[in-house]
Amino acid sequence: MKEEILRDVERAVLTLNVNGEPAQLLVPVHKTLLEVLREDMQLTGTKHGCELGECGTCTVLIDGKPHLSCLVLPIQVEGRAITTVEGMASGSDLDPLQTAFAEIGAAQCGYCTPGILLSARSLLEENPRPSRGEIKEALAGNLCRCTGYTKIVEAIELAAGRMA
Amino acid sequence: MKVVGKPLPKVDAAPKVTGRAVYADDMLPARTLHCKILRSPHPHARIVSIDTSAARRIPGVLAVITGSDLPVKFGILPVTQDERALEHEKARYVGDPIVAIAATDEEIAAAACDAVAVEYEVLEPVMSIDAALATPKDERIQDYGGPNNVHKFVALEFGDVEGGFARADHVREDVFFYQGNTHLPMEQHSAIATYVDGRVTLWSSTQVVHYVHRALSRVLELPMHRIRVIGAAHGGGFGGKTDPFAHEIIVAKLAMITGRPVKCTLTREEVFYAHRGRHPVLMWVRTGVTHDGRITAMHFRTALDGGAYGSYGVASTFYTGALQPVTYDIPAYRFEGCRVFTNKPPCGPKRGHGTPQPRFGLELHLEKIARDLGLDPVDMKRRNYVKPNTRTVNWLRVTSCGLEECTQRVLEASGFKTRERRPGRGMGFAISSYLSGAGTAIYWNDMPHSEVQIKVDRGGVTAYCGAMDIGQGSDSVLATVVAEELGLQPSDVRLVTADTDTTPIDLGSYSSRVTFMAGNAALEAARKMRELLVQAVAGAGKRYEEVSFEEASVLAEARFGTLTTAGSYTPPKIAGPYKGSGVGPSPAYSYSACVVDLDADARTGLIKVNKVWIAHDVGRAINPLLVEGQVEGSVYMGLGEALMEEQVFRKGLHKWPSMLEYKSPTFLDMPEVETFIVETDDPEGPYGAKEAGQGPLLPVPPAVSAAVYDALGVWIDEVPVTPEKVVEALRRKDKGETPRYGPQRFPAIPYPETIKVDGPVGHQDGTC
Repeated sequence: MKEEILRDVERAVLTLNVNGEPAQLLVPVHKTLLEVLREDMQLTGTKHGCELGECGTCTVLIDGKPHLSCLVLPIQVEGRAITTVEGMASGSDLDPLQTAFAEIGAAQCGYCTPGILLSARSLLEENPRPSRGEIKEALAGNLCRCTGYTKIVEAIELAAGRMA
Repeated sequence: MKVVGKPLPKVDAAPKVTGRAVYADDMLPARTLHCKILRSPHPHARIVSIDTSAARRIPGVLAVITGSDLPVKFGILPVTQDERALEHEKARYVGDPIVAIAATDEEIAAAACDAVAVEYEVLEPVMSIDAALATPKDERIQDYGGPNNVHKFVALEFGDVEGGFARADHVREDVFFYQGNTHLPMEQHSAIATYVDGRVTLWSSTQVVHYVHRALSRVLELPMHRIRVIGAAHGGGFGGKTDPFAHEIIVAKLAMITGRPVKCTLTREEVFYAHRGRHPVLMWVRTGVTHDGRITAMHFRTALDGGAYGSYGVASTFYTGALQPVTYDIPAYRFEGCRVFTNKPPCGPKRGHGTPQPRFGLELHLEKIARDLGLDPVDMKRRNYVKPNTRTVNWLRVTSCGLEECTQRVLEASGFKTRERRPGRGMGFAISSYLSGAGTAIYWNDMPHSEVQIKVDRGGVTAYCGAMDIGQGSDSVLATVVAEELGLQPSDVRLVTADTDTTPIDLGSYSSRVTFMAGNAALEAARKMRELLVQAVAGAGKRYEEVSFEEASVLAEARFGTLTTAGSYTPPKIAGPYKGSGVGPSPAYSYSACVVDLDADARTGLIKVNKVWIAHDVGRAINPLLVEGQVEGSVYMGLGEALMEEQVFRKGLHKWPSMLEYKSPTFLDMPEVETFIVETDDPEGPYGAKEAGQGPLLPVPPAVSAAVYDALGVWIDEVPVTPEKVVEALRRKDKGETPRYGPQRFPAIPYPETIKVDGPVGHQDGTC
């Protein structure tokens, strides 16, 4: 029966471009991008809170736009630029958002942080000086239970100010 | 001070903003097996038979276990060892674990669960407090407690309650209800175990490595020295990961059977059923006051819907009555509490453990009394504030107390007294207090509650402590205390924490105890280390401040050999002379005051919170940035409970076990929060520090409800304060009925005879 299970699973060879590095993978076609990133590529910086597209925790960027990796199949994103939290820093230099989050305590347990950082990065690329309302609107799909969001908004404002 | 009081980044900030922090589910050692748990679909049922033969035949399935493999019962409290990792006799809630399967693949494990045949004899479920108090149709949920499905009674009386009511010029009674809600940590619970050379190692997302260690030893029937528990990076607790959980025991057992690593990560739906969250509590309170609003006596009754197992419930029950006298000077006080079993996921501790519910009732009750007397509610409350360095009538020792200063700060900043009065706009005020660590351990023992070791050598300084950082900044407090004493920066201090093999015991991240207890243990260890270093440097004819830390450590190592020191903290024995006095005492209490400003729409009932002002007496902020973070997070969680969060059931099933349908505040719902840190320099806290992680949640729900009254003239006497309730209360007001939404009655509960306890002599004059 195990052979049956293995036979029944359709696998595909995919080339994913994650954080600027192309990687060729053989994965079951039904596995989500979240699972492939975490389990097949060991990019465990991408977290999950529901695996149903409800909490925003697994957010990654696809061609610069935030997507819920638990709702994306890798086959849909072949050839597109995928960015995870591991791809935010340049070498040892943190992204200004990462620095700001660390400095002012915007990460408490840190579990929602990767998804929120990526949503924020996408926002700042589109709108380098967002208002407080625009930040809240852009991040409304990412839940956080620790911070009350207050320091996250402040950290995004701080980073935006420094990047301007 | 060089680093204490400075807004420094958390010492673990970098791993968290880079995604490098390793949470339990991030671990995937070679040959890891995946575990799935088959759970009861019935809220109440006898288990007639379990047939796992088909599941065992599925290729890739390496182990299948049932309750007969793990028959030993456990539970967080010694008095309620009523849980099994897997139940093979009876299911008591939808989600009770029945069978666990380890397979090479998560999907195979899930398919194998589907292949298990369990025959149930369905029993009538008990789904409410009223039903639990009545004679059960089929049988009781648990075979202890009683009568019927009562789990625990508490009945205590302090001082002359009858005389107090007789002296009163005015007596008022009210009934309130606080709906249950859940922690909703972003991280689903996860645990992974290995079994190598006869030793179990478990990595888990837990707040209490030590208590998990004890539970594993008990259920696996292995001595503690053959078990190692390590706290993985933690994705949010709020009290929800403070019990030993079935999945933690199960993966350890499956690792022992298979000899391979075994991991179990709960699905989000399973997390809702694992629960251990806020008890739904029905409350009745009667208070006597003088004409000028001085409290003469109070009688408080609570009924807690506990769910199917004990969990922390005995403690929760006491907590619904313990802290009322810690904010208000109540000269005579009677408390009757009752927890019942129902066929729902067990309730337990959530941020504020058992105290947000009575705080909600108490604050609104006093608002109403003040209005009865034509007094200003804030002034009347202030007239009754406890004073520093007193004993409450229930024997709780109050030392530092910044209640008055907290009140002044939020009143001034919010302009509460001069607020514009117009329909639809309102402000509400409330206060609260919370423990800085429970004064007694979960299980009775005379050992310290926290222990810290420090090692210094030419390579630097390392501190070891069992404390578990759950995001609140436990590691940062340890590093800051050690750094302050040794003249370093927190980032210079390496930490080894929450590992039962390598760190001395700390009881865990619950009851807001870490800063106070681990902080004091670290302070003692660090001062001893500083003494060694200072002595060695002096021996070389220099002053400690003049030399580098490396030079100091070389001199000290040369003089004394291996440099290690240790410190520990044991809370003072301050519990009162009565049975049940172990719940409530704390070495120090934090205090909070809060003002909420909101708009309430009379047509739709929608509430928009505009701003929250909150002042918190933290004693001293070891790191003001982290204190603010705890206060803001508490306000957020309090607003969620006040306005939308509900853990409710229909036919035994959770009504909305998903993050979409279980409403919690988003970025868009969160108002501006202005935080004031009040420092009262507690005499026993490390550098004067007290707690910040739980207390600031408490005043938020009553302040919201008081603000709704201010805006619309209707009382919403239960949380959550939803638009439907507001609209219904307004409809009643328009019809000339009582302008109120809330419970109509408190059930007749057969409380036992009250234990009468004399209050401490001179309890309010600072002489005891």
